[in-house]
Amino acid sequence: MEGVWGRLFILKLIFSIQGGDFTHAGHPSSEVKKVLKQLDIDGKTIKNIVIALYEAEVNVVAHAWRGTVDVEIDESKITILVSDEGPGIPDIEQAMQAGFSTASKQVREMGFGAGMGLPNMKKNTDELYIESEVGKGTTVKMVNNFS
Amino acid sequence: MSGLPNYHALKVDAAKCIGCTHCMKACPTEAIRVIDGLAVIDHERCVDCGQCHRSCPTQAFYVEQDDLTKIRAFKYRVILFPSIMIGQFPEKYNETQIYSGLKKVGFTHVFEVEQPIQLLLDSVNEYLRNEENPKPAISTYCPAIVRLIQGRYPSLTENLILRKAPHDLAAHFAIERLLLEGAQREEIGLFYATPCIAKIASVKSPVGERESIVDGIVNMNHLYNEVMKVISEVEAEDNSEQRQNLSEEGILWSQTRGESGHFGSRSIAIDGIHNVVRFLERLENDQVKGVDFLELRACDQSCAGGILLTGNRFLTVEKLERRAKRYPSAKDISESTIRVDIEELKQKLVIDSISPKPLFIFGKDRVKAMEKMTRAQRIVCSLPGIDCGACGAPNCHALAEDMVNGKAKMSDCIFLQQMWEDEGKITARKALQNVQKKWGKDRFKADCNKRGRRNEGF
Repeated sequence: MEGVWGRLFILKLIFSIQGGDFTHAGHPSSEVKKVLKQLDIDGKTIKNIVIALYEAEVNVVAHAWRGTVDVEIDESKITILVSDEGPGIPDIEQAMQAGFSTASKQVREMGFGAGMGLPNMKKNTDELYIESEVGKGTTVKMVNNFS
Repeated sequence: MSGLPNYHALKVDAAKCIGCTHCMKACPTEAIRVIDGLAVIDHERCVDCGQCHRSCPTQAFYVEQDDLTKIRAFKYRVILFPSIMIGQFPEKYNETQIYSGLKKVGFTHVFEVEQPIQLLLDSVNEYLRNEENPKPAISTYCPAIVRLIQGRYPSLTENLILRKAPHDLAAHFAIERLLLEGAQREEIGLFYATPCIAKIASVKSPVGERESIVDGIVNMNHLYNEVMKVISEVEAEDNSEQRQNLSEEGILWSQTRGESGHFGSRSIAIDGIHNVVRFLERLENDQVKGVDFLELRACDQSCAGGILLTGNRFLTVEKLERRAKRYPSAKDISESTIRVDIEELKQKLVIDSISPKPLFIFGKDRVKAMEKMTRAQRIVCSLPGIDCGACGAPNCHALAEDMVNGKAKMSDCIFLQQMWEDEGKITARKALQNVQKKWGKDRFKADCNKRGRRNEGF
């Protein structure tokens, strides 16, 4: 996107996530929401993005050791990259099924790990890509177009 | 009185304000800046919650009200007030004495607003039963919360319950009752005693309505003082028939959990605007599941904590709880006691729609907005992140945003100035002049008599 000075305007936001820290899950999604509101993106689109990002955050917190969230916003879309160092997903297709969960009993008792994470992300994004290597980690890329 | 588009009763008294930044830090919508050493409210952003008024150490905020003599223009002079007001008076005065005191002040009819509350209860329940209305449904009782949601959480505007507040109920009820007594509509003057600023704004420029039906507003602490001047020390004549439609539920309505207990199978009550803000963040992120009803109030202890009250909020709550026990349940008040056309009154409680009014946007042009935000982000990197407020903005982020909106300069940051001095970019004299421009010329001189020094501390 070209600004008035002929420069490309891409807003970037970077966050880190600590595995196991449920208390602070939701911070990146709140911050992203704030920025999108300032850009006057419509409420429905913001809601989809925030839900998808929060699910992704919780996935990292529940399963991985640590992760980062990289957000890029341009005039027409938001691209969110959530990458973690963690156990990875052996069977992505299976993980995409609603209700499938590998979350520990402990995580489930906290009200997370219902097996809706990836399906919810799919539902709330325009594009979703998942790459994973068992024993190393997972990278999720989500794209939402602005109306 | 016609509804003004964006009426705010809150004003800053330039003679009292010492520009101390307390209000600026307390404001939940970052609506205050200090300019030339004085607090200035951005009325676009203000939601009338009154946090600034509460946090001010010099009582520099004052609340405009209507002149009480205005009531003389009417034959039927009605005072509408929330039950909370009864809880303000010293224990030795009972409600009979207080009612007769209000008449001595000049009113002909006295109506507590929470009556007949069953109508509002039924109306809200009817709204909640409609599956199409988004959950959790949020009460529109507290006008500061309604404005906060419109401005800061626009996507949640659709969750607001499209029903009016008790003061509207009582206003319509009072009119109908007086018409039954043979009054003409134009002979009736309705005056509302308000516990807070938000109610003033909502009465003068109601959300979702064209104009207000109330003719004037009087601050509750002012009315309290007026009544205390004339209140009788001896038992007044029995006037309990004026409280026939008052119920336990009605008296408790304005208190925390006064609504939530009646609605939905899962409901939450939150008081204190900063608590509400934290909760709404979560709600907006879709992290709150399965809740049907939300009662959100801007003040701690709800209306008992209103800024225009005289009594201690906790004592008020306790007094009202005791008082409520003496009253019947709302459902036991028969329609024959209410006397007016209930269906017609219920119709008047419906609000057509409430629209979002986003406050925090950087303009409609997305490219320009992004350009501004990118610049603001870069500016933030240069600011110290101390959020000291010495620039006249509540935090470094807000200062950066003000800068890209052309409302502030880099030199407003005292730490940056310090660095520039060190780097030889500006002179010490210039730096001092910059700060004086923001805070007033003699602000930094030693002077035990200057404003904010003597007996005006905290």
